[in-house]
Amino acid sequence: MAQAGEVMKVVSANRLDTGTVVWLAAGDVWVERLAEAAVLGGAAAGAALARTQTTDAAGVVVVEPYLVDVTVAGCGPQPLRPRERIRARGPSVRPDLGIQGAGALA
Amino acid sequence: MTHLSSAGAAGIYHYDETDRRFLADRVEQFRRQVARRLSGALTEDEFKPIRLMNGLYLQLHAYMLRIAVPYGVLSSDQMRGLAAIGRRYDRGYGHFTTRQNLQFNWIKLVDVPQILADLAAIDMHAIQTSGNCIRNVTTDQFAGAVADEIVDPRVYAEILRQWSTLHPEFSFLPRKFKIAITGSDHDRAAIAIHDIGIRARRGAGGAVGFEILVGGGLGRSPFLGRRLADWVPEPDLLAYLEAILRIYNQYGRRDNIYKARIKILVHEVGVDRLREQIAAEFERIRGPHYRLDAGIVDAIRSHFAPPPFATLPAVSTALDQARREDPAFARWARSNLTPHQQPGYAAVTLSLKPTGGIPGDATSDQMEAVAALADRYSFGEIRVSHEQNLVLAHVRQDDLPALWRDLGPHGLDTANAGLVGDIISCPGLDYCALANARSIPLAQEISRRFADLDRQHRIGELKIKMSGCINACGHHHVGHIGILGVDKHGVETYQITIGGDATETAALGQVVGPAVGYDRVTDVVESLIALYLERRTDGERFIDTVARIGVGPFKEKVYGAAA
Ligand code: SF4
Repeated sequence: MAQAGEVMKVVSANRLDTGTVVWLAAGDVWVERLAEAAVLGGAAAGAALARTQTTDAAGVVVVEPYLVDVTVAGCGPQPLRPRERIRARGPSVRPDLGIQGAGALA
Repeated sequence: MTHLSSAGAAGIYHYDETDRRFLADRVEQFRRQVARRLSGALTEDEFKPIRLMNGLYLQLHAYMLRIAVPYGVLSSDQMRGLAAIGRRYDRGYGHFTTRQNLQFNWIKLVDVPQILADLAAIDMHAIQTSGNCIRNVTTDQFAGAVADEIVDPRVYAEILRQWSTLHPEFSFLPRKFKIAITGSDHDRAAIAIHDIGIRARRGAGGAVGFEILVGGGLGRSPFLGRRLADWVPEPDLLAYLEAILRIYNQYGRRDNIYKARIKILVHEVGVDRLREQIAAEFERIRGPHYRLDAGIVDAIRSHFAPPPFATLPAVSTALDQARREDPAFARWARSNLTPHQQPGYAAVTLSLKPTGGIPGDATSDQMEAVAALADRYSFGEIRVSHEQNLVLAHVRQDDLPALWRDLGPHGLDTANAGLVGDIISCPGLDYCALANARSIPLAQEISRRFADLDRQHRIGELKIKMSGCINACGHHHVGHIGILGVDKHGVETYQITIGGDATETAALGQVVGPAVGYDRVTDVVESLIALYLERRTDGERFIDTVARIGVGPFKEKVYGAAA
């Protein structure tokens, strides 16, 4: 259980086959929408990261998984750092590209 | 090896059967390696160095493939091939870099073997665009064309390409290694900021020799190259460079990535001591094996023979008339043309910096348009400049008005080469996994602020260079105005320098004052330019004024009298 004031985290990685940015969701499956990611407290996040080095239940293989600091607002987890915000959406200079361009963002 | 130029293309070096067989084998090898990675037979730790050796990085959003454009020269067929790759496997565009290379940003690993096969079909590859090896040798984008040229640097860039490609001794250097060569007194290749900078010269009787700089480089510890040799005769070029690389390979630091470049070795050991060590190694190895024979040089030079120029008067009446009649054309001709060696011709810069555009980006449609225009106007040949523009090097002056009209519909006619809008910008945080801050949207904002091209022309030569982190891919240290993105507690912040210079009068810029927030950068740039306009004397460029009056008045203008 997360402690009050604790920085929450999500696990992110890239798909091996396509490079697509993915997020770890409940049930240890990788999803492409940050909004669907599992938001975890420190210890649980570390444990999730440790579990997910290779392949998920659906057979998706990822590379370079790591933890991303987030806050949780009404619309779901929001990364704290500019780098992760851009990574979650797509290039700020090309709103037609990345997940933002796929119409997957509200 | 014999290499044959195809008819019609000027100065394009073509592979022979040995090269083609090697590349085909290499593609099949990588195809098998990818298959083994996807099957799980190779781990990521095992595979990562292999993909990097083939130019494939994992960036912020996806894989990025960096394709080598040897010394920035492309045939129109190669450009069409790149356009096709961008359309088929990427998102219909690519990014030309300060290393004269091309990067695709949205590549899928599963497609890479076929992309490399498609590249091999146009005599291209992505080998040595990553890793601790000798990278693409870069040069003057106007090589073989520009009026002030003394020696055609493409000849030696190609010799260095052959020497350095898969060089067994230099595939695992302490760190990456970049070489640039110029053949003019006016340095358009930024040789002072490369690990080795070479200036080709002519001595007694017209013999070719080389001045060698060593230890230039930007990044966390910026240094300008120090002069290692005043004159290395042509036959000794490879032996001398081999000696430099051997000494670096032996003594360069491998214990600390931030101290591994040769610039640190030069700094720590001193250029005089290093010169002695290199001279000793050079004496030891020089001899028939490393001798660059005149016959080899001549054979390579034959590939860069001038295209079949027409005999034309030096002054084109069609050009003069168009200049008189159309101010927009005259403005473009003023900034985007460079005098040519051949009477009646000009070298033309096609700006990849349209107002509000992304510096260095070109769509597949634009690449195809450039290829067609190169075929029509410039012997089927294209150059990529380190300033992230394209060049048609050999255009008849009589054809310039027609070329300009043809460029317009493709957004390639912006009259800003060398001016405020011609900004070098690295991909920054919008694409790069290493970035601290965005650079592209700031370049766009500055470009929009100075959208009035007449205003840009009144300001005159001004080179803004921007990097999204201290790695300095955008050469910010040598920008007349340099902008460096830093991450200050999770906030994008920018350090601004002035007075940098990448040419033969190379200088590192000086910090103007405390870093500023994203929203202030464009205002600061405008203030710096306003002060320059107030204080400049006749004919003074921005950096001349900075050199004359110093940083102080600029600092005061930006930060107030209390600064
Ligand atoms: S300077 Fe930094 S942010 Fe820009 S491309 Fe290089 S590594 Fe990336």
